[in-house]
Amino acid sequence: MELTGRTRITVSDLRGDPRRTRTEKLVRYALFAAAATSIVISAAIVLSLAGETWTFVSQVELASLWTDGWFPRRGMYDVKTIVAGSVLVSAVAMAVAVPLGLGAAIYLAEYASPRVRKVLKPTLEILAGIPSVVLGFFALSFISPQIVQRFFTDATAFSMAAAGIGVGILVVPLMATISEDALRSVPVALREASTGIGARKITTTVRVVIPAAVSGLVAAFIVAVSRAIGETMVVFIAAGATGGALFSLDVFGPGQTMTAAMASQAAGTDQVRGEALTFQSLFFVGMLLFLFTFALNLSADHFVRRVRQAY
Amino acid sequence: MGPGAAADRVRRSITGGERDIAGTAFMLTVLVALLTSVVILAVLVLDMVNRGGAVLTDRLGDFLTGSMSSQPDASGIVQGLRGTFWIGVFTVAIAFPLGIAAATYLEEYAPRGSRVARVIDVNIRNLAGVPSVVYGILGLTFFVKALGDVTGPDANGRSVVSAGLTLAILVLPIVIITSAEALRAVPRGIREAGFGVGATRWEVTRHHVLPYAAPGILTGTVLALARSLGEAAPLILVGATTGFMTGGDEFANLAALRERFTALPIIITTWAGRPGEGGRR
Repeated sequence: MELTGRTRITVSDLRGDPRRTRTEKLVRYALFAAAATSIVISAAIVLSLAGETWTFVSQVELASLWTDGWFPRRGMYDVKTIVAGSVLVSAVAMAVAVPLGLGAAIYLAEYASPRVRKVLKPTLEILAGIPSVVLGFFALSFISPQIVQRFFTDATAFSMAAAGIGVGILVVPLMATISEDALRSVPVALREASTGIGARKITTTVRVVIPAAVSGLVAAFIVAVSRAIGETMVVFIAAGATGGALFSLDVFGPGQTMTAAMASQAAGTDQVRGEALTFQSLFFVGMLLFLFTFALNLSADHFVRRVRQAY
Repeated sequence: MGPGAAADRVRRSITGGERDIAGTAFMLTVLVALLTSVVILAVLVLDMVNRGGAVLTDRLGDFLTGSMSSQPDASGIVQGLRGTFWIGVFTVAIAFPLGIAAATYLEEYAPRGSRVARVIDVNIRNLAGVPSVVYGILGLTFFVKALGDVTGPDANGRSVVSAGLTLAILVLPIVIITSAEALRAVPRGIREAGFGVGATRWEVTRHHVLPYAAPGILTGTVLALARSLGEAAPLILVGATTGFMTGGDEFANLAALRERFTALPIIITTWAGRPGEGGRR
């Protein structure tokens, strides 16, 4: 190669190696295909739910949707039983998770020294990794006899209260980590300004930081509710009523949620059997559940976006 | 006088020596909330170790290698271990590459703020929030019913293959979200340096961005794997055997993959439902 003379660079030199360009293109398509699978999965979920749900809705007698209980194998599809079950269990769960999760988040974000935080935050996150079956077993074997039945002597061994507390424990880490993120995203300047005009730490926290982070906290709450409604195994194991349930608002008795109703229909049998529409009712409940959580997740997303825009 | 003591004197002169009772009470309340959460975790783990320890020390060998049996003292978990093992294999083989590729597209390739990228992003966030039973329905419809002849001809499609595919799909959004976060944490300078010396986007991604993000991606994938191994609800819908079964204790028997199966979370569920028999794990 001639080193002394000026080398002229032409456009074709800059165009690059055709082989590299081709690889680049192929990779781009492959990666896009991978990303697009998520859309396919969403479509598949809706599709798998929609068909049988439509069969159910179009064929079911309306009277059987409003009876005394949820006994799909006997043709009683009382929707209010399982919706009430889901609401009750979620309410108990949130009664446990909100004070614990929010309190833990406030301590970690506002009070904890960096060293304490470094130890406690991962510990709390381990709780999030506990399989829900283990928690369900814990709810049945420990929470129910040791806590629920001790304080409420008329509670049954399988109860929605025990299941709710179990679900609550399950969502505490979720609640805590999202709330903590929201609190920490409040700019330090707001805290300094508050302290600067003489506010105490508690005043700064309660009247400045929490109001500033409120949409993030609401998002945490919604995500936790959505998770609690969607939680299956804890309720399936600890709330009893595997075959079906009578309509009941008694949290200390057995009951069934939408999720557990689905699991118990499919459990133990080779085929989901029973009255003509039993199999289809499974999909109907699935659709209800999907729509509930979908709406909740969308609104949580909306609140999270608001925090991001604010700061 | 040290700086600590000085700060103390300043504080006392400002507050007039008064103690902030409400503030202290508030701090204690939130501290108690945090500690309660952590203590619950400790109780849970201790409870499990306590009860499970007895079984493990008494008869560790045949508990792990025994088949399920109607007698609680003799039944083992080998079929469950096998089912769970293969579910893990499916997750690693399907969800990991697909998830990491999707995350790479979203973070490295998709034009910033493009419509496609935003739609996919919102979609993935929603998928992550869909209850796991609903994924069970997906598995039931497609892998068990529609593809039953492929996934398990002798078991009505209720095989480890169906279960593994379902759980791989279930954890895919988690893999994508955590991997995308790891990729976002890679400093821009690394990419710019790569482009500066004339590397193509894929070369930069392959040789610089992905290796840099590898530890973060690994953490996310391990969490996703843990999630898939612990998940029971979709398996119930896909049709894991909750009763007794014989055979199925050979780990590497590939033909058996298309036959009926069970998994550890299912065994726990079944045993927990039988009064007086639980107390394991």
